[in-house]
Amino acid sequence: MSELKLTGIKKSYGSTEVMHGIDLDINEGEFVVFVGPSGCGKSTLLRMIAGLESISGGELQINGVKVNDYPPSQRGIAMVFQSYALYPHMTVYDNMAFGMRIAKASKEEIEERVQNAANILQLGPYLDRLPKALSGGQRQRVAIGRAICRDPKVFLFDEPLSNLDAALRVATRIEIAKLKESMPSTTMIYVTHDQVEAMTLADRIVVLSAGYLEQVGSPIELYERPANLFVAQFIGSPAMNIVTATVETAGAKTKVKLAGGGAATVPIKSDKEQKGAKVHLGFRPEDMTVASGKDALVEGVITLVEALGEVTNLYVEVAGSDDPIVAKVPGTYDVKRGDRIALNADADKMHLFNEEGRSFLYL
Amino acid sequence: MASSPSSQAPLTWAVNISVIFLVVLWLFPTLGLFVSSFRTADQITASGWWASLTSSEQIIQLRTGGRDAAKEVDGVFVVEGNILTDGDEAPGQLEISAFGVSSRAVDAYKIGDTAEFNKGKTFTLNADGSYKLTSPDKLRKRGQRVFVTAVLPPSFSTENYGTILFSGTGQDNMAKAFFNTLTVTIPATIIPILIAAFAAYALAWMEFPGRALLIAAVVGLLVVPLQLALIPLLQLHNNVGIGKGYLGVWLAHTGFGLPLAIYLLRNYMVGLPRDIIENAKVDGATDFQIFTKIILPLSFPALASFAIFQFLWTWNDLLVAKVFLIDSTGQTTVMTNQIVELLGTRGGNWEILATAAFISIAVPLVVFFMLQRYLVRGLLAGSVKGG
Ligand SMILES: Nc1ncnc2c1ncn2[C@@H]1O[C@H](COP(=O)(O)OP(=O)(O)O)[C@@H](O)[C@H]1O
Ligand SMILES: [Mg+2]
Repeated sequence: MSELKLTGIKKSYGSTEVMHGIDLDINEGEFVVFVGPSGCGKSTLLRMIAGLESISGGELQINGVKVNDYPPSQRGIAMVFQSYALYPHMTVYDNMAFGMRIAKASKEEIEERVQNAANILQLGPYLDRLPKALSGGQRQRVAIGRAICRDPKVFLFDEPLSNLDAALRVATRIEIAKLKESMPSTTMIYVTHDQVEAMTLADRIVVLSAGYLEQVGSPIELYERPANLFVAQFIGSPAMNIVTATVETAGAKTKVKLAGGGAATVPIKSDKEQKGAKVHLGFRPEDMTVASGKDALVEGVITLVEALGEVTNLYVEVAGSDDPIVAKVPGTYDVKRGDRIALNADADKMHLFNEEGRSFLYL
Repeated sequence: MASSPSSQAPLTWAVNISVIFLVVLWLFPTLGLFVSSFRTADQITASGWWASLTSSEQIIQLRTGGRDAAKEVDGVFVVEGNILTDGDEAPGQLEISAFGVSSRAVDAYKIGDTAEFNKGKTFTLNADGSYKLTSPDKLRKRGQRVFVTAVLPPSFSTENYGTILFSGTGQDNMAKAFFNTLTVTIPATIIPILIAAFAAYALAWMEFPGRALLIAAVVGLLVVPLQLALIPLLQLHNNVGIGKGYLGVWLAHTGFGLPLAIYLLRNYMVGLPRDIIENAKVDGATDFQIFTKIILPLSFPALASFAIFQFLWTWNDLLVAKVFLIDSTGQTTVMTNQIVELLGTRGGNWEILATAAFISIAVPLVVFFMLQRYLVRGLLAGSVKGG
């Protein structure tokens, strides 16, 4: 049975529609990450699930019950906000006990649950402190502890790490992953614009863009089989290179000719009608190699060299593409700006998208 | 906004200087009133209040012993004693620098000199106050008048407060008016805060149709002059049977204070982080619980600053009290009204007026100093990022 079911969920502010019908099933115990650029509607969707934002259209079911009109407290959810949202005038203990006190839980039960959450998150020494006497990371742990105390069926996180510094972000990310492991039957929905968080935490990633759901799938699925240009370019860093090309031969394998010269035979099926069609060819920077002979896929002038030690990113200006092609070659590579270079890409890992940007794999 | 240190320094100075200027401007009259209220009428006419804070040289009039204290030695009448310590009205030991025996030359002789005057009389005064008066004739019953230049230490008395608060008769006695003012002010401060806090929460955080219009109406009411409503309101009070009295003045003060109260509190409450309130909703709190457990404690600085405003204007109010409260019996007179009356009856008695004025500002001063830290303190530190 599906724990959470979104059917045609829409959201409008006045006459502007910002969510355009989202369909999504989330299973019990799943860790789902909503990812997308800023302003794409991740928070709005999460807040509609939480009940903090009214649902303008469609249906939201939790455990088979339509909850569109339930107040947040009756949906069995707990939410962790980006700003922590701790009650500033209450101690850590009171912050965590607040919800249970509202629900008129017994003193013993409150004590037990708060101590349990404090143990999980190592908050024991801080229970008597006010939030202002805690560091950012500790505050975020209190916010998570407060959510644990509610013992929810669904945890909602809205960019919980974006206010932390880089080192703390990694540590807290690992802590959240452990937390999920210790609560296998609890569903977690996590909003982020950071694809590393999405890739490392998620069982399934939901990619959103401008109020539309672009693709749902496991991190590797999104990386290896992106459904469209948006997902292809959003997942992976540096982003996938896209060049325009024309189909030369269709069939079980597709041969394309690049606008800038080169050609490639991609092991992706295409229909006869697509012969001669304009397509987008995608290949990831990490799948590229420096070519020696004349059979290079692309060729151009290096405009930027990023030597990171572990890898070197080469930005190459090529004919037939507005954006530079990025190649990620292992180790250090001895070239300068202005050098000419020829590059090849692994044909097995290439992607083909039609003119509307949809992947050939899903046509 | 990046401003370089060099442009910041003069600005800081300007701010500091204006602050000092304002503090001085405010402090001096207050201090003057305070000091004057402890001085006698004579002291107030003789010197300014600032002179009374340090020792000052003054000429005092004293008397030697008279006929009864005189002894006859070799046909001359001699009086000896200490002019500073003998007798009921003696001022006690003082530092003295000169003396005189006539009001025309009050400091004609140095201490230790002997003055000769009036048909062979002599008078000698020493630094410790001991004196010797000789006279060939019999002395009169009262002793000789002596003018002494002495350095007097500051001297204050609480006599004025006694007069004003306890003993004074009729219009001098402010005690009743003081309690009347308290009776007006305390409910007139608490009632609008209670009402306004609820209203402000609703206008800030509850969604209902017409909310924007209501807010606009409140802002509109801010600029309605109080005088405009006095007569219609009084008529209304009379028609519904409230008449003149405490209830009427409480209602009027509440009504006139509410627009500002709602406006101030709403603006403060909308500024509270939305996330905190939403989290409380997720935690299952009702609007009323959010209001009492989250909003009210967090709004304490705003409540306190409005309380100061409302308390001050109702305390100092004369107009509304005259219209809605004070009747011909005078039983419900308030301090501002009483001071106006004192100006008429005791216009020349500055010491009484100063004391009355200081009593009427004392409570506002205490209230201000007790609550002023809430005017500047932010309770939000630590709740959200950057706070
Ligand atoms: N209260 C609102 N009124 C109008 N538009 C809003 C409101 N809240 C959010 N939006 C719009 O909805 C879109 C999605 O916002 P949001 O969910 O916050 O994005 P994000 O993915 O960055 O969390 C944005 O384009 C934003 O402008
Ligand atoms: Mg957001």
